[in-house]
Amino acid sequence: MTLIMNTETVVIKSRQKTTIGRDLIGIGAILIVAVLGYLLFPDNLALLTRIIAIALLVLSLDLVTGYCGVATLGHAALFGSGAYAAGIAAAHYGITSPVLMTLAGILGGAIAGLICGVIILRAHGLPQLVLSISLIYLFHEFANKASSWTGGSDGLSGISPDPLFGAYEFDLWGQTAYIFGVALLLVVFVLLRFLVRSPFGMLCRGIKEDPLRIMAMGASPKIALIKMYIISGAVAGVGGALNAISTQVVGLDSLSFTQSAEALVMLVLGGTGSLFGALMGTVVFMLFEDYVSAANPFHWLTMVGVLLIAVVLFAPKGLYGTAAGFIARRMEKRS
Amino acid sequence: MQTVFSIAIDAFAYGMVLFVISIGLSVTMGLMRVVNLAHGAFAMIGGYIASYAAQNLGLGYAVAVLLAVVGTVIIAIPIERLLYRRIYGAPELTQVLMTIGITFCIIGIANYVFGPTLKTIPLPPALQGSTDLGFRSIAVHRLFAIVCGLAVAGGLWYAIEKTAFGVKLRASVDNASMAAALGVRTEIIYAVSFAVAVGLAAFGGVLGAELLPVEPYYALRYMVTFLVVVSVGGAGSIPGALLACLVLGGIDTTGRYLMPEFGEFFFYLAVIAIICIFPHGLAGRAR
Repeated sequence: MTLIMNTETVVIKSRQKTTIGRDLIGIGAILIVAVLGYLLFPDNLALLTRIIAIALLVLSLDLVTGYCGVATLGHAALFGSGAYAAGIAAAHYGITSPVLMTLAGILGGAIAGLICGVIILRAHGLPQLVLSISLIYLFHEFANKASSWTGGSDGLSGISPDPLFGAYEFDLWGQTAYIFGVALLLVVFVLLRFLVRSPFGMLCRGIKEDPLRIMAMGASPKIALIKMYIISGAVAGVGGALNAISTQVVGLDSLSFTQSAEALVMLVLGGTGSLFGALMGTVVFMLFEDYVSAANPFHWLTMVGVLLIAVVLFAPKGLYGTAAGFIARRMEKRS
Repeated sequence: MQTVFSIAIDAFAYGMVLFVISIGLSVTMGLMRVVNLAHGAFAMIGGYIASYAAQNLGLGYAVAVLLAVVGTVIIAIPIERLLYRRIYGAPELTQVLMTIGITFCIIGIANYVFGPTLKTIPLPPALQGSTDLGFRSIAVHRLFAIVCGLAVAGGLWYAIEKTAFGVKLRASVDNASMAAALGVRTEIIYAVSFAVAVGLAAFGGVLGAELLPVEPYYALRYMVTFLVVVSVGGAGSIPGALLACLVLGGIDTTGRYLMPEFGEFFFYLAVIAIICIFPHGLAGRAR
């Protein structure tokens, strides 16, 4: 018995070591990519900052779709709510400190996450999907009509964030916004790595596999999923706030169905159920979009369609999943 | 009274057009369990073919409708063979992605071939103008849409309830593997109902071109509406779909007439309320 216990603790310890190693590799990879982006595209930091904001949205979508198995086509509702919360705080209440604006975004996103979670989780399958689509349209219409608060279809302008920590101004080149974004992404990434490995994260994965069994074990799938939705809303809210701070305007497109669908495409392209996959999918998709829509805007939608069909047919685990599987097989062969 | 009557007629016509387009989606979804987001794209293809036939080739309305239905089915068959076959029984997310990919492709191609402008399908003189019902006059086209919708509903009801094919279809909906074990060729049932569904979608697309104008983003814009009808009605149920179309058509049209500035707001609010109260649809069964 003690022998078994011993080997088990050894296994757990070595597993902890490898996961912490992977965390460090992940942080290192994000930093390297961030520095590379800064060096390669110094004139296009706005695009890179937008990629980070969208990456936060895709990470948050991964939490509910990849880890909990909830298929949703309305996740931009959380992102847009965060963006509008940060924007309204700055434009109407004079809260212009970037950190406070980010907190406002987190709060707005979390509240939207609570509302969406409570409604979406009432149904399963197709009705669930339709609920998510209806919600995003409802949010969109609401933001459009409440134009005294949101600026309607003109967008919410008049957001001028203070210098970060009173020292670093958000200038035209977007250096501060970019570094602020990278820092936010790193913090969120580390926190999420802890979250998905925690007992709560495991519970959510269990719900994805078999909700009935989780209920038999005495846990409530619904409450866990709603909690996850709130966390996911907070993450999306960070992205929304970052977008509001860096572009200094919030448009209705941040609450659109198209944005939700694109986020889902990015997630699946990278691979669901893995934070690395979400990041990789976002970067590849956004750079591809930037390149193709500049080169040939007419065929952009067709390309995305073909890309989607190809991913479903040939790489159902996404880019990261397929690559990771390939590397794992190679390692196995060698050992 | 005048307003109530015209709202009722418009809502009825709109509901019937919705019914013709989405009933195929409802049946295939109940039968094959495929979340088919590309259904609206097939309705759009039908509209484009009819518009091309009537405007560029100068053919009559009836011929254009026939061409649209046949043409769309012919386009849809290889798509079913090559792409849909692979996602039967796959997880929902996979099906959503595949069909949304197909929708994006069709939109992109339509945009390239026909351009981003609205396409009209000229009506024959017999369907233009309005007719006098004694106490009020209504547009003939609305009446035509209502009659077509009722005819489709009646025809489908007869085909599903009274014919041998309908028996096999219902058996496959209830339990596909059991039906196959009893000698029903489920593959043929699937193929035929997919073709009928696509054909009906194309017919509805042409019929409803006055209410839902044909343009490249048609597939994306109304996709939601069709899915809503199916999930509110309950997948695979004809009475459910009929009821859902009338209710949703009524809400949408009333909202447009009385509070045009709030557009779709009440429509989506109603959808959310209905689905929250009936998570399996108005006539759906728990599975």
